[in-house]
Amino acid sequence: MIQTFLSKYKTIYASLFVITFWYLCHLFIQSTIIPNPLHTFVTFFRLLQGDMLLHVGASLLRISVSVFIAIVIGVSLGLFLGLHNKLDRIFGPVVYLLYPLPKIAFLPIFMILFGLGNTSKIILITVIILFQILVTIRDSVKGLSKELFYSIRSLGASKVQIYRHLILPAITPKLLTALRISVGTSISVLFFAENYATRYGIGYFIMDAWIRINYLEMYAGIIAISILGLVVFKAIDLIEHGICKWTLLEKGENNSYF
Amino acid sequence: MIEVKDLLIKYGNHTVLDHLQLHVGSQESIAIIGPSGCGKSTLLYALAGIIKPQSGTIEINGEAVNGTRKETGVILQSYGLLPWKTVWENASLGLQIRKLPKKDIQTKVSKILKQLHIIDQKNKYPVQLSGGQQQRVAIARALAIEPDLLLMDEPFSSLDAIVREELQHVLVDTYYRKKLSILFVTHNIEEAVFLGQKIIVMQPNPGSIRAIVENEHFGDPDLRKKKSFHETCVKVRQLMEGQTE
Repeated sequence: MIQTFLSKYKTIYASLFVITFWYLCHLFIQSTIIPNPLHTFVTFFRLLQGDMLLHVGASLLRISVSVFIAIVIGVSLGLFLGLHNKLDRIFGPVVYLLYPLPKIAFLPIFMILFGLGNTSKIILITVIILFQILVTIRDSVKGLSKELFYSIRSLGASKVQIYRHLILPAITPKLLTALRISVGTSISVLFFAENYATRYGIGYFIMDAWIRINYLEMYAGIIAISILGLVVFKAIDLIEHGICKWTLLEKGENNSYF
Repeated sequence: MIEVKDLLIKYGNHTVLDHLQLHVGSQESIAIIGPSGCGKSTLLYALAGIIKPQSGTIEINGEAVNGTRKETGVILQSYGLLPWKTVWENASLGLQIRKLPKKDIQTKVSKILKQLHIIDQKNKYPVQLSGGQQQRVAIARALAIEPDLLLMDEPFSSLDAIVREELQHVLVDTYYRKKLSILFVTHNIEEAVFLGQKIIVMQPNPGSIRAIVENEHFGDPDLRKKKSFHETCVKVRQLMEGQTE
């Protein structure tokens, strides 16, 4: 019974778990920095009637644009390096060196080069996600077995057909996994990106509430950003269910090995 | 059907096939057998047009092989099924690549899936199938393009004995039904004797043909119970081990 409830209402169960934990913290710590969840939700819904949606919208727009650019550049570069061994030998080590570099440290440079507006914010987020996608795609293409290429070529497939039937379907689930990770990262980067020269964005909203020592509003902002993240994650799940049924089969249903 | 002249294939400095000559008549079933490293898979890949030789020529039906050939069906060791395609989509892939009209694909693929008894699994993904079923899908995909030559790289090596025999019969049946040439690589002597009208025994260092055994037992359903079957097996084994008669 409990098992079916857990698997059927995952999100509700997780929310209840977190809110209970939050409430317990509130009871034990007895400080304004951990407000009552109930009050927070009331504040959240009150703010929702104000300009909260505008803040969420601004952030969502920045993330979407960044993710889109990062996918276009990351997937094409990843495919390019993954499919051309010689090029990968030249550029692979450079990517490897740059990948763990904290791109956020270059924020001042982006600010000076691209101004304080949306461009520098979007470029910062894009650069951070870009490497995750690039590396994932390159490795997943390289991991494809030679035999798959051989057998599809033996069927007479052209280059375009090899992309359509072999490469793109093979990288899609890996791309979705990379997206899950990178969207999480990009949401946390929002705090830096939306901390300057803007009046809209959920990152700005939370920082602003913090500075005004309005913890209720700050937490309401955290709720908004969690819901934003959840919606994006669920969207990625939906896409996976729609176009990558086979990976779900491969993962299997009963895969607790211990 | 197949004419191989002076075929030389090297991987780096290592000579895999050393000036190999081979003639295969049309509608013959040929088994290639030999220890690992004798270049038997490489020969198959070269015939399929997947690997380019350093020198020498391969002609199939009088035409030089340059890249893959439309009428050659290929089945590789690990089946080469695409995990993201269902049985139906995998089996119809070759026809789809050839841009056949949907209606034709429909009739051809359902016919071949019925023949191979996997029509009931048509909406399943490879991961949901047993090894034998996956092999049937791979055969279906190769046969769907109506090949005149079927190349197979250790097609049944990962199957258990019973499924293996079952599929060997499927292959014999296919041979009589489709009137095609079959050339397959195996490391199993019994399989070579059961399925090969000619058995090509290869040797390594460098890869070349040691002997060709004519085998009249091909496709006899009761073959395994006959004494002469085992005699041929012993003969092939002796050749592989380098003993002369």
